[in-house]
Amino acid sequence: MPNNSAKKLNGTNALQNLFRNQIFIPLAALLLLALFNLIMDPSFFGISFGYNSLGNPVLSGSLITILDNGSELAILAIGMTLVTAASGGQDISVGAAIAIAGSTLLRVLCGTNSRPDTLQAPIIVAFLISCVVAMLFGAFNGVLVAYFKIPPMVATLILYTAGRSIAAWINNNELPIISEPSFGYFGSFIPGIPIPTPFFIAVICMIVITLVMKFTNIKLFVQSVGINDSSSRLNGLNPELIKIMSFVILGLCVAVVGLIKVSRISSINYSVIAKDIEMDAILAVALGGNALSGGKFNMAASILGAYVIQFLTTTLYKYNVQSDALPAYKAAVVIILVVVSSPVVREKFSKIWKNLKAKEVG
Amino acid sequence: MSSSNNKATSKSSSAGLGAKIKNMTDTNLLLTITIVVFFVMYIGAMIIQGAGFLKPQTFFNILNANAALIILSCGLSIVMITGGIDISVGGVTALISMSCAVYLDYHNGNVATSLLIALAIGLAFGVFQGFLVAYLDIQPFIVTLAGMFFARGMTTIVNTAPFNVANEAFVALKGTRINVPGMGSVNKLGKYVNAYVEIGVIVALIVVIVFFCILKWTKLGRSFYAVGGNSQSALMLGINVKRTRFIAHVLCGLLAGIGGFVYFLHVGSGSASHASGAEMDAIAASIIGGTMLTGGVGNILGTFFGVLSLSTIQNIVASAGLDQAWWTGITRAVMLCIFLIIQSVVIARKKK
Repeated sequence: MPNNSAKKLNGTNALQNLFRNQIFIPLAALLLLALFNLIMDPSFFGISFGYNSLGNPVLSGSLITILDNGSELAILAIGMTLVTAASGGQDISVGAAIAIAGSTLLRVLCGTNSRPDTLQAPIIVAFLISCVVAMLFGAFNGVLVAYFKIPPMVATLILYTAGRSIAAWINNNELPIISEPSFGYFGSFIPGIPIPTPFFIAVICMIVITLVMKFTNIKLFVQSVGINDSSSRLNGLNPELIKIMSFVILGLCVAVVGLIKVSRISSINYSVIAKDIEMDAILAVALGGNALSGGKFNMAASILGAYVIQFLTTTLYKYNVQSDALPAYKAAVVIILVVVSSPVVREKFSKIWKNLKAKEVG
Repeated sequence: MSSSNNKATSKSSSAGLGAKIKNMTDTNLLLTITIVVFFVMYIGAMIIQGAGFLKPQTFFNILNANAALIILSCGLSIVMITGGIDISVGGVTALISMSCAVYLDYHNGNVATSLLIALAIGLAFGVFQGFLVAYLDIQPFIVTLAGMFFARGMTTIVNTAPFNVANEAFVALKGTRINVPGMGSVNKLGKYVNAYVEIGVIVALIVVIVFFCILKWTKLGRSFYAVGGNSQSALMLGINVKRTRFIAHVLCGLLAGIGGFVYFLHVGSGSASHASGAEMDAIAASIIGGTMLTGGVGNILGTFFGVLSLSTIQNIVASAGLDQAWWTGITRAVMLCIFLIIQSVVIARKKK
């Protein structure tokens, strides 16, 4: 008998460990969504092979769409996780910053003519310039947050308002169109490879951030600044610099997403590009089980969270939800998430749990 | 002048009283900056651009166009004084416009009921968000960001296409003009035209006066400042911190309801893109008006002048021929940025 109960205890411990692991939350959400789709319509998981208008072999299907669009979000989630952890707030200007980065990219590629026959600069040069611009805007947000002690969401509200205007201003409100086919590879398919390119870009970003976290102390520094910035100062860290750095890294992620977004349509629409993406990025971080008030973080959980969000979006689209109405559903998900993860509610739940256990034992 | 003197004396005074005077001086200092900025800007516009700004009606048009924003900003100021923030007001305004428009036109409703609908929507958002923020202790920015997206999404769910309201009673109310005695100008035909305001302006002025009095002279008003200034000491003073925060959000929701209806009365149509960026304008107006993001400092009168400053800037930009949409966005953001930095400098000075 005692042996048996010990085993039972072990079993519950393992289960509890799984529950406690951060990655459990996005994983559970993913399974729930997958199960829902499996019951409602198994054809959701179908993947078909075909050729696109350029004659390239491509895979298509809902899962491929998730892989494709979710990758943008995953890249953003990397930067957003760092910003959230270091500053205890979120950057709500990412959508506007993507517009700026994309606009800069097109400006450099097009030169003075908005409909160039040939590219005026190599794509890599244009991309690097847009990276620098996006990082500068990131640094601007970072300085406001770190040195002027403005709450991150209010500080980034400035760029959130002005960003799309700046993006339009960079191109004199013209809509440049790139006719060069190789520019479109970043947002669609490289000839001969049937998997969408954004996924590869996301994988590269993930590998880079994993290596950076493995070989530098960035994770430790960011977490300690997020948990307590004055005690990390006493330990010889420079919290201001680390906060700015996290915003600059987010700027880099923004530039990469800007490249993908602009490449998808070989043009730009200032008011629509990356609209409401800030909500998705924050949601990805929250769904990854990371505290939105800063501190510890789990990068893998955030990235998985990003794909889960895209899974949710694609599912909603499948049931003919209008794109403008999507935010309402996602907002409901956010509210449920934050309510469930709030300390007050958790405490209540654990009390009820204990009471139940006590009754079982009794 | 007096504010700088107070500043000097407060440094030497004892801690309890000192903190109070310091806060007072911050309020006065920031309020003075705002009012001076507004008058300098308006008088500057009168001198440089002349004609348009010399007509009283130009000023009243600014009021007419921004009555809703004034009301929304008042609500936001109250929440910000308690140390929170609410960015859902723009979305709520859009949702109210659309709901009222659909009710009036598709269901032949009457105006009084549509006002009740507006207030109910505003209150519902206020109560729900207030509960999450105050009693469940969730970050106000996340809660109200979700509220904003929820309201915007719901607006499209209620009705997708934008449309003008044709309901007769409503159109009559919308067109009601109240002449301002003693103000007016001679138009191009040489006829004297009296300056007018819309009903919304009267509502906005009443709101400003009522909430100015509440914040200044009631126990509730003072507890807002206490909670925002230092919630720990407010708790020790026996103030119910959670309930105070909750009430602040409810009031903000109620004002979003009133403001939403005033906005609807001004534009007379429902659209999902209505009041886009209104939350940002309201926050900017509050900050420009001297409400501190850290809480505990602020003044409804300052907020009123904050709204006027913001819209005067917009008018100046427009009449300077830079009428492209992006200039408005950029100037507003620059102004917000400048005032945020002024505030953080004031805070830094206070700490020293």
